[in-house]
Amino acid sequence: MPDAVMTKSNTAQGAGSAMLEVRDLHGFYGESHVLHGVSLDVRQGEVVTLLGRNGAGKTSTMRAIMGIMGKRTGSITFQGQQLIGMAQHKIPRLGIGYVPEERGIFSSLSVDENLTLPPVVKPGGMTVPQIYELFPNLQGRGSTQGTRLSGGEQQMLAIGRILRTGANLILLDEPTEGLAPVIIEQIGVAVRALKQRGFTIVLVEQNFRFAATIADRHYVMEEGHVVDMIPNDQLAQNMDKLHTYLGV
Amino acid sequence: MFDVLGVPPQVLFGQLLLGLINGSFYALLSLGLAVIFGMLNVINFAHGALYMIGAFVAWLLLNKLGLGYWWALGLSPLVVAAVGVVLEKTMLSRLYKLDHLYGLLLTFGLALIFEGAFRHLYGVSGQPYPIPDLLKGGQNLGFMFLPNYRGWVVVASLVVCLGTWFAIERTRLGAYLRAATENPVLVQAFGINVPVMITATYGFGVALAGLAGVLAAPIYQVSPLMGTNLIIVVFAVVVIGGMGSILGAILTGLGLGLLEGLTKVFYPEASNIVVFVVMAIVLLIKPAGLFGRER
Repeated sequence: MPDAVMTKSNTAQGAGSAMLEVRDLHGFYGESHVLHGVSLDVRQGEVVTLLGRNGAGKTSTMRAIMGIMGKRTGSITFQGQQLIGMAQHKIPRLGIGYVPEERGIFSSLSVDENLTLPPVVKPGGMTVPQIYELFPNLQGRGSTQGTRLSGGEQQMLAIGRILRTGANLILLDEPTEGLAPVIIEQIGVAVRALKQRGFTIVLVEQNFRFAATIADRHYVMEEGHVVDMIPNDQLAQNMDKLHTYLGV
Repeated sequence: MFDVLGVPPQVLFGQLLLGLINGSFYALLSLGLAVIFGMLNVINFAHGALYMIGAFVAWLLLNKLGLGYWWALGLSPLVVAAVGVVLEKTMLSRLYKLDHLYGLLLTFGLALIFEGAFRHLYGVSGQPYPIPDLLKGGQNLGFMFLPNYRGWVVVASLVVCLGTWFAIERTRLGAYLRAATENPVLVQAFGINVPVMITATYGFGVALAGLAGVLAAPIYQVSPLMGTNLIIVVFAVVVIGGMGSILGAILTGLGLGLLEGLTKVFYPEASNIVVFVVMAIVLLIKPAGLFGRER
């Protein structure tokens, strides 16, 4: 079990050096208590997935990180800064980019306007030509109304516009949802390219096969908290367990 | 000169000009309402009162400080914007999580308070405001006589309306505004301070009303009731144009002003209700308004 030992020691010493550190996070939408003590770490340059059934709290965890939640308790630190209690519009300015599940393409904005809408928060973001290189489908569509793009193109636009901002942690909420296999393939290529560029990525995925091709580690969520963490290289040994968790 | 359907051209063009002047005010005021409604989802019933305050600030600047029309044109909208910012920060911003109706009730109450206060201070009889020297006199266009000041009002409000349209539809700041109108939560999640944008939008929207007030001061008298008289028609304009539509507000404002003018020529009895007849028809055929999108 050398792998397991290594991962353990990594986690132990990595606790202080994690880029994103979530501890005992509780979250509420109005009266309903949706997160029950989430704890997880994301290290610089890692791709980490949140797996779990519908309603397990994956999207809520992302929204809690971005501050889009009525009430949060516990601790979320990003590069040593506490996010709980921080003004909502300051959180992305630390370098966190959010790609929501519903993609959030604006219908009253053209593709170009959508692409350049999020303000640049840090130097070192990708340029528009580099984004076109990553997502060739978007090229030449600049004046099209944002929501006239296909679902896959909208997803590419939603990811692309975050890459311009210089954010180094990207929260991707179900980027493959409802897309055709050939488009999922393209998104996968792009996410891998981003990983190579040094982006740190938290990925919510239902498509477990897709997740396995790009992630370093998987956190499994159930009923509003993390129940297990499986490194990607131990996925094969843990298949049975995972199937029970996900109920597939 | 020959008559059009038995109407002398002087009368026809005179009424059309009057319609165009009214239409300019409808456009400026409904544009402000549209901008505010788009961003805040508040039907700003205080708009007419703030238009009246704009005119009164101009009158006060002249009579208390000796500052003339051109000063008022710059300062009065700023004063009204400042009033708007205070209202938004201290009161309106507390209502966004509630039903739209609360914003409407609050602004309606504010309108009554403002108008009551000015009535108490200045009475209901209007105060005259002189036309600035530069714009006195008029042009004989052959088919009609065009007073310079009226021409100026039409041109100035057209320029302001088109400038606003351009700023919202074609600039980066406007893109933020449109995006925040659609999905404020996500725009905030990109790192934009949406509450500040909302306050600024309200300030800008009511500044347009203040500007309209200054433009109106030399034409109509400066009176505490001038807003009440106008605002009902302006709300009809907004409904016809489509709630929240910028271009719709401008075009409908001008169009309905002209329509009112034409009605005065051909069937004067209907001139006061023609706007509301159009509103009823539009609501029957296209409930979202001529330029509105269904929400």
